[in-house]
Amino acid sequence: MKIIVCIKQVPNSADVKIDPKTNTLIREGVESVINPFDTYAIEEAVRLKERFAGTITIITMGPPQAEAALREALSLGCDEAILISDRAFAGSDTWATSYTLSSAIKKIGSYDLILCGKQASDGDTAQVGPGVATHLDIPQVTYVKKIEEINGEKARVERLVEDGYEIVEVSLPCLFTVVKEINVPRLPSLKGKIKAKAAKVAVWNAASLECDPKRLGLEGSPTKVMKIFNPPPRKGAVKITGEPEEAVDKLIELLGKDLPR
Amino acid sequence: MERIRILKDKCTGCKLCVRACPFAAITIQDRKAVIDLTKCNLCGACVEACKFSAIELKKETAAKGTDLGLYKNVWVFCEQKKGKIQSISWELLGEGRKLADKLKVKLCGILLGSNISGAAAGIIERGADEVYVVDEKELENYLDEPYTNILVELVREYRPEIFLCGATTLGRSLVSRVAVKIYTGLTADCTGLDIDKETGNLLQTRPAFGGNIMATIITPNYRPQMATVRHKVMKEAAVQKGRKGAVIAKRFDKKIYASRTRLINMVDELEQTVNLCEADIIVSGGRGLGCADNFKLIRELAISIGGAVGASRAAVDSDWIPYSHQVGQTGKTVCPKIYIACGISGQIQHLIGMQSSDVIIAINRDPDAPIFNVATYGIVGDLFQVVPLLTKRFKEVCKK
Repeated sequence: MKIIVCIKQVPNSADVKIDPKTNTLIREGVESVINPFDTYAIEEAVRLKERFAGTITIITMGPPQAEAALREALSLGCDEAILISDRAFAGSDTWATSYTLSSAIKKIGSYDLILCGKQASDGDTAQVGPGVATHLDIPQVTYVKKIEEINGEKARVERLVEDGYEIVEVSLPCLFTVVKEINVPRLPSLKGKIKAKAAKVAVWNAASLECDPKRLGLEGSPTKVMKIFNPPPRKGAVKITGEPEEAVDKLIELLGKDLPR
Repeated sequence: MERIRILKDKCTGCKLCVRACPFAAITIQDRKAVIDLTKCNLCGACVEACKFSAIELKKETAAKGTDLGLYKNVWVFCEQKKGKIQSISWELLGEGRKLADKLKVKLCGILLGSNISGAAAGIIERGADEVYVVDEKELENYLDEPYTNILVELVREYRPEIFLCGATTLGRSLVSRVAVKIYTGLTADCTGLDIDKETGNLLQTRPAFGGNIMATIITPNYRPQMATVRHKVMKEAAVQKGRKGAVIAKRFDKKIYASRTRLINMVDELEQTVNLCEADIIVSGGRGLGCADNFKLIRELAISIGGAVGASRAAVDSDWIPYSHQVGQTGKTVCPKIYIACGISGQIQHLIGMQSSDVIIAINRDPDAPIFNVATYGIVGDLFQVVPLLTKRFKEVCKK
């Protein structure tokens, strides 16, 4: 089985602190990590490889430092890594990002399955996975929580929805976006780390992809960021202290008409 | 020539841009700002923050998209499940009506399903002027490909200028495909929509970085301007009994219904039927509960106020409650009217999932717990005393 996993490097939200004065993010010194949702995609790929043999190619689009995310994925059991990196990609929205990723996947050639996390923790759009599938004209199943069966032709998966889950059958090749419930990601082994350190990471720029340069980066992105601003700050809680009975009465009083009556 | 640059003679090294940059791409070197172009996303936040006009950003792109004048009207995708229109659709129609009135155009509902035509009248009563209905047995349940194909065909034929859809699991999967096929912009998870008075563009405001930053996005050169909208943010359109409108039934060649995915079964989760993302009130429990058994305190409190039960990651990871209840970065993002956090310290990953709630009540023993920073009201105390008392008082006050 030939699997491609798309990942993104994001700021580690565990490091992110909020400045209590301005209520804004403190971004200095925040390390970059693999998008948490993508770690489940990597783990699922490795599990499928362990069951059915095959290869895993890990790809990311990002700045040169995103190579670190690829090496981490390699240490977990992925075989090949490709960094899709070019200043021409700067300012890409989800349309241009999924176009670029799909162009790289076309260059890779054949595959049975593409795995992505359900969304990235910084942008939260959940649009790139389905976008890649559409550019490649393959079917997708989003929010996959379990792969029940999979063979060379089709797969049967469970898909998380608001009020439960759906069981969906899909023909291969296809793309899944996965949720946390699908597995518990492993930690890299020492052997894996050593291997990953020595591994070669291919770097593909815009010129190496067969694509329309007008559809890349800021230029190719239909959406534009008009402005970015901080949400109105919360003042911090009105703290209610004292005996529990008093505190509860005080809370009910403060809630007033906000309570359903 | 770079798209963005610092005008060194104007830069005072004041660091305003450093703080404004969402991507940590700006540093001060030798008292001047320096942009790391590998990190820069050209969003322009620094340009706005700079008081000395020392940052120049070339935003204008030569790319001309669609002939904008050909596109008219506001469309709302009316999501149905098992033949029932989902409440998100009423919220979209409420917001869509306002946008259509500002633009002086029609509001249109889009309805796909099987034996669904009868529901069109309800969409008109909620403010739509027209409803496009595709009623076929193949559309009974949602499938990505036929639904995408039909929406693409409808957009190409009728050319709406704005197309709204719920940011649900269905909506996010569906319109991501539609926007790619049409080659237009799609903005995810909007919490605010408005029309730019000068340009007529749709101003789409959404939280990013888990609600720590807000961004306003536009799609200036392409149509339709597509957006998914978060649940429970917009107000539902009121029912206007007897309101009249046009129903346009559309039929397509059978091959449009071809699908490489097939729905085998739908399974409802047993724990509870309240959908966390739709709940007006959520009561969540965390590590402070100590054990699975104590979750009954949370359930009782939730029942007393008619709310749903949520949980922090710590509680889910301890197997006290299923993952479907998890609120936070790796769980669900919720924005109810009232969110009650019991024994939750407030790690940033949890705050990301709930800080957009209208009123947040925190109950925690530790007065310095970070949850109190985002809470509206905080009770510093032992939840095992406070929660049962609160349950009792809610029962008295909220006669339900």
